Amino acid sequence: MAAVAMLKRCLLRNSRPFYALSPSPSSSPSPPIRGSLSRFVSTLVLAEHEGGMVKQSSLSAVAAASAVNKEKSVTVLLGGSGLALHKAASHAASCHPSVSQVLVADADILVHPLAETWAELVNLVQHQGNYSHIITTSNSFGKNVLPRAAALLDVSPVTDVVEISEPHLFIRPIYAGNALCTIRYAGKGPCMMTIRSTSFTLPSCSTETKSDEAPISQVDLSSFDEGSIPKSRWLKLVSQESERPDLGNARIVVTGGRGLKSAENFKLLEKLAEKLGAAVGATRAAVDAGFVPNDLQVGQTGKIVAPELYMAFGVSGAIQHLAGMRDSKVIVAVNKDADAPIFQVADYGLVADLFEVIPELIEKLPDKK
Amino acid sequence: MKVMVAVKRVVDYAVKIRVKPDKSGVETSNVKMSMNPFCEIALEEALRIREAGAAAEVVAVSVGPAQCVDTLRTALAMGADRAVHVDVGAAPVLPLSVAKILKALVQVEQPGLLILGKQAIDDDCNQTGQMVAGLLRWPQGTFASKVVLDKEKQEATVEREVDGGIETLSLDLPAVITTDLRLNQPRYATLPNIMKAKSKVIKKVTPADLNVELKPDLEVVQVTEPPKRKAGVIVSSVDELIDKLKNEAHIL
Repeated sequence: MAAVAMLKRCLLRNSRPFYALSPSPSSSPSPPIRGSLSRFVSTLVLAEHEGGMVKQSSLSAVAAASAVNKEKSVTVLLGGSGLALHKAASHAASCHPSVSQVLVADADILVHPLAETWAELVNLVQHQGNYSHIITTSNSFGKNVLPRAAALLDVSPVTDVVEISEPHLFIRPIYAGNALCTIRYAGKGPCMMTIRSTSFTLPSCSTETKSDEAPISQVDLSSFDEGSIPKSRWLKLVSQESERPDLGNARIVVTGGRGLKSAENFKLLEKLAEKLGAAVGATRAAVDAGFVPNDLQVGQTGKIVAPELYMAFGVSGAIQHLAGMRDSKVIVAVNKDADAPIFQVADYGLVADLFEVIPELIEKLPDKK
Repeated sequence: MKVMVAVKRVVDYAVKIRVKPDKSGVETSNVKMSMNPFCEIALEEALRIREAGAAAEVVAVSVGPAQCVDTLRTALAMGADRAVHVDVGAAPVLPLSVAKILKALVQVEQPGLLILGKQAIDDDCNQTGQMVAGLLRWPQGTFASKVVLDKEKQEATVEREVDGGIETLSLDLPAVITTDLRLNQPRYATLPNIMKAKSKVIKKVTPADLNVELKPDLEVVQVTEPPKRKAGVIVSSVDELIDKLKNEAHIL
């Protein structure tokens, strides 16, 4: 149990008291004997890849899978086609000591992240492998695919899990993170979930040498009936190219709200982000007003972030925005309005004009190393 | 073509919720309830589709306790042609159960499009639309920020808000669409329409009527408050802020 507790501490990025480290719910019944259960735990992680590597967000899912059971029992599933897929498979094979197998589904129809195809793939692989758990990250891919796959398997999934207390006991946020719900899975099928990547990170304190490469095998797609898959076509993805780090993983995030007043002013925020090596985020108000594209939105229905430092400029602090950033280690707020709700969650608040503060910060902050 | 819209009655988005002292759930008695904001957007989209001539009828459905009829009356007041209430009693129902009920209703009503909000702001699950689509084996366009129907080709072109930006898909109808925030701005129900809706008939059915057996496989063990953050401080200058970040928080 001490090893599991240590692994839990390594898995959590924040060092401040975090609910995952608090005593288990006092009203829950005594947990099943861990030893006997672990024999029957085998986890399938539905992973994504890009540029020949397993995506950072999927590595969080692997970390979560290893929290279910400390045995080496994680199978990583990758799909797509071409050299990049096979490179990613190699990465997956040695990305974490818990990985015991990598499955590669090589087919052109899996190149695009269409839910109809991917849910059928998960269904097929589950019938072949009979896993006790199926896990993926709660990002736009996971959220789109996993519930559909769960319905095919007649299972209620648990989405946006922030803590795995026991193999069938989970904690997830509700009401925009203003409450936490402890849920027990009591079904017969596989236990299916999406996990919040900011709650599960790969142990940075791991001193293990590079893990043995897990075997890589091809998924038998001979019974994969393309004809029966409902018809959808992927047409395009429009993204904004940016040199800024990825919002989901950045150590520092600077966010602009309605107070930035224009798209042009966001360039000022970008300069600050450049100085700090930070990612840029935005509130719903800023996106709705057209200042920035949707993929910068932080909030209940946008991205959930938990950086070391979150700086909010011209952000009022609506409940729905707080839902996306309340787990940040240090929160700084700059707003002209002293009554803005954001000051109630900020560790450091500055009641001032952001158009004066940002240039002053740019001037006075040390350059990032 | 008929468009079916599923709507949910939830705690109003502006309410500051309280966790019950016995940790059994969130306090919802004597609290303002409203139609889930994403469901309003779903209904608005259905109404626009009808107004554009691509559909003949909009049917609003809600799965929940008796008070759901309030939400359905709002839907009728906004312009839905008919409403169906599936009465499941007071206990909360899981998304999978709702999905099974919606599937049964779809098989009765035979709509060409089923539109739902992408998530309910109470449980934040973001599952039901995807699950119904899976059960029906229909294509799905989730987190939609734009929907364009082609009646001739019986296709829907859906722009979706995803992590990397905006993705565009083309789906064969019938299909399931879930709505994201920026799809549209829902209309307000006018007072005359609210009055008219009061006397409209809302069809009531039960899961048994639809031959749906609900087998919950998730149990809520408890609901708790998240850890409170330590109170922060107000600084008086940029210099002080930088100093605190460097020497107190050790972030810079």
